[in-house]
Amino acid sequence: MSVLTKQAPGAAAALGAGAPGRPSRGTPRRKNQRSGYLFLLPWFLGMLFTIIPFFASLYLAFTDYNLFMEPNFVGLANFQAMAGDPRLWQSLKVTFIYTFVSVPISLAVALAIALVLNRGLQGLAIYRSVYYLPSLLGGSVAIVMLWRYIFGNDGIVNGFLSLFGIQGPAWVTDPDFSLSTLIVLNVWTFGSPMVIFLAGLRQVPTMYYEAASIDGASRWRQFRSITIPLISPIIFFNLIMQLIGSFQTFTQGYVMSGGTGGPADSTLFYNLYLYQKGFTEFEMGYASAMAWLLLMIIAIFTAVNFIASKFWVFYDN
Amino acid sequence: MALIELPTKRKQDKRARQADPEDALAGTPGTRFSRHLILCLVGLVMLYPLLWLISSSLKPSNDIFRQLGLWPENWDFGNYAQGWTALDQPFHVYLFNSMIVVVFSIVGNIFSCALAAYAFARMEFTGRKLFFALMLGTLMLPGHVLLVPQYIIFSQLGWLDTYLPLIMPNFMATNAFFIFLMVQFMKALPKELDDAAQIDGCGPFRTFLRVILPLCVPAMATTAIFTFISTWNEFFGPLLYIQNQDLYTVPLALRAFMDSEGQSMWGPMFAMSVVSIAPIIGFFIAGQKYLINGIATTGLK
Repeated sequence: MSVLTKQAPGAAAALGAGAPGRPSRGTPRRKNQRSGYLFLLPWFLGMLFTIIPFFASLYLAFTDYNLFMEPNFVGLANFQAMAGDPRLWQSLKVTFIYTFVSVPISLAVALAIALVLNRGLQGLAIYRSVYYLPSLLGGSVAIVMLWRYIFGNDGIVNGFLSLFGIQGPAWVTDPDFSLSTLIVLNVWTFGSPMVIFLAGLRQVPTMYYEAASIDGASRWRQFRSITIPLISPIIFFNLIMQLIGSFQTFTQGYVMSGGTGGPADSTLFYNLYLYQKGFTEFEMGYASAMAWLLLMIIAIFTAVNFIASKFWVFYDN
Repeated sequence: MALIELPTKRKQDKRARQADPEDALAGTPGTRFSRHLILCLVGLVMLYPLLWLISSSLKPSNDIFRQLGLWPENWDFGNYAQGWTALDQPFHVYLFNSMIVVVFSIVGNIFSCALAAYAFARMEFTGRKLFFALMLGTLMLPGHVLLVPQYIIFSQLGWLDTYLPLIMPNFMATNAFFIFLMVQFMKALPKELDDAAQIDGCGPFRTFLRVILPLCVPAMATTAIFTFISTWNEFFGPLLYIQNQDLYTVPLALRAFMDSEGQSMWGPMFAMSVVSIAPIIGFFIAGQKYLINGIATTGLK
């Protein structure tokens, strides 16, 4: 953030220095002030529409609000109920497994493919497009529905496995396997972090590698000591964005299970459970408390990542 | 914090890299061939589900799971006709509904985010830094935190079962990603442009409209395409706010297919799935340049 706003003091000083020389007609700075706010008017409205609900939901988290009756303050009752709610724990478990399995795999695949693509191959643009396309479709209802059939009892995955004489499981209806189909779906959308990795790899100067190979460094050594440190800010960026995104998964779980989170709550994502609580059972106080718990979890993970980044993310400047 | 520095840095270095000899990393013809082979195989695996979807939409429902091959033995275009009329309304009603939401969302995002970005990128006023930090903060805010109160507000306004809850937030620059994208873009334009426009007698609004905005067409195109794709795919918002079947957007209509599941409906369902993702693929092919640049600049999905 500091870099983006760095220009401001300098520019302000320049404006101030130039001020005496200007004709003193009105106050141009004040005028600029006012039009600045005018340009931001829609954004201010949007912020009101963000900040008020932000605090309103914090308040509702401590009430028994149900959309039809006035909210009553109930203290920590919602949070206590959450602590003893097995479905809530299940939804956290599903979301965590999904996140901590699919995010590292998709980032690793994205980086690996980006490294191969960065080797100056012909047809880079075509490969990049082919790999990127699924990430635009991964969240659509059509594709999640398709996934149900691909992994269906006699879908193409089991058809493929049977070519090798393997009897595939009932992926979608077996609680032990249903979440893994969605993990595969998430890995399928590795294209968007891949494009970001590719952009980062392109900025690593080739002379570093030339110097390293003259010194006799192996490919692996070059990767570990040049590539990884130089693109570590991008790995970090991708990690944060993927984590935040995957904590908030909804459509995949909803469509795959027809809205139930089944079988046996095995695809009950946190946000799906929140939706069920808030908008089918109308326990909106509880849903607000859940939303705040998620906010806390995301905030803690982001903070931990930022602290940990000091030890492995390398900034050139 | 330093996270945010990346894009600008990346842009500069991209240019520097282009001068470098590409073949330093390319390797021998043998390794090049094996790399192509791996990439093609991975690409095939990636595309296979989509190709299977398209081929299944052209097969009679009974054949879909009996034939693993992609090439239909019996061509059946009837799935499209059948799927088009299988739900309460013909499918073009849902396509049209989605189109309405998409068009207004695009207009709203471009209008409000460009205004905000201009203020952040090129104007001086008290509190600008604070507001900018606040804007970046909302980037990471999970939307569900605001969900319940926003739902209450919309229902109090009588906006349930209308497209207003889906459209109006876009007119209030609530999509910080696009503001950020445009700020990055506008900062790269020379400051002298504003000064020259001012000397010629342009006020801030005319400078914005006549000088800056025309130069920001690539950033606006990126915003438009990303808004198109995310709004077209959007499932949660319509699920929450639209109950009336006549107002269903495409994702809700597709879900209705699932409810009426049954073997005879596979073909029509796959056909309408193809119809629903075809515009995304179309926009992707048409706007690739903006998408790839946009995602490399902001890390947007």
